[in-house]
Amino acid sequence: MAVADHALPAHPAATQASSSTIVPLAGIPIVGVVLIGLVVAIQGNWTWPLAFYHVVGGGLWTGVDLFMGFVIGPIMRGLSIPARVELTKRLMPKMLLIMPTLVTMTLASGFQLARVNGMLSGHYSRHAWVVASMIVVAVMAVTALGLLQPANIAVLFELRKPAPNPAVVGKLMRRFMYAAAVTGAMQVATLVIMTRLAS
Amino acid sequence: MAAAEAAAPSEPKVTELGMLSIGLVAAGVIYLAASLPRRAALGPAVALLAAAAAVLALNVLLLARRPGFAWWRFRLVAGWMLLVYVVISGMIEYAFVYDKTRGAVLLVMTLLLAIFTLNVPLIAAFTVARFERESAQ
Repeated sequence: MAVADHALPAHPAATQASSSTIVPLAGIPIVGVVLIGLVVAIQGNWTWPLAFYHVVGGGLWTGVDLFMGFVIGPIMRGLSIPARVELTKRLMPKMLLIMPTLVTMTLASGFQLARVNGMLSGHYSRHAWVVASMIVVAVMAVTALGLLQPANIAVLFELRKPAPNPAVVGKLMRRFMYAAAVTGAMQVATLVIMTRLAS
Repeated sequence: MAAAEAAAPSEPKVTELGMLSIGLVAAGVIYLAASLPRRAALGPAVALLAAAAAVLALNVLLLARRPGFAWWRFRLVAGWMLLVYVVISGMIEYAFVYDKTRGAVLLVMTLLLAIFTLNVPLIAAFTVARFERESAQ
């Protein structure tokens, strides 16, 4: 079969990777602390913690998307296939924890902040901008949940195999980088809307 | 590239249909949320809910008829993803209730959330399972 012809040979690193977990377990307590803090902030309806979560989460989310789509993506395209596989092996498990955490931080605190500040109300003078931000977020969410996250998980499963198929890894990583670039571009629209709302 | 194509047959369009269904859910939620705290007319939201549910059902049907699919891998990934998204959806549902959403609006929001919760594991598990080589062995 053609797939087998292109498969990387099994080697100690690949074997080691195949025995590891998909999710980096050491990061889960950190995610847990962040999410507990978020729940407490929402429960208390405290403006400063909500703003902190929204600004920090949104800033990092935007930065990571732009960095992945427009810096790491082009770099990866120039690497040899074994180098791409090695980079992917180290990068993607961390992305699996980082991105959902940042998205949850940003959206949950942002929605609650808008609610507390009365920005969701149709009487708010810039309500149209708030609705526009929801539409932009929806496009990003559909892209992330439909393309980015599944590619992330699938590439991790492929890399756990004793002989990962570089063609499959390459295809999934291209999908991941293009999706990150799309969400990164949408983030620019978000920045325009958010600075408009804050000014 | 040819190897990747050989490993991943392009049909059915589970990802595309899943994204369409999530998009319809998002449209319904935005429509309802944009009207808060006033109660919006439920007709458009119910129509979007029905459309999202229909696309999800069609997607499941098309996937179920796919021959030689790595169902064992699909079940593994879908199970864990479903667990994660049930927790996330539970938090969102709590936020709805906490923010005093009630009655028919809450019901429609909950059903939209349920469709979202089913779509995400479906897409992720399909993406992982389609690259399994079980069918070729």
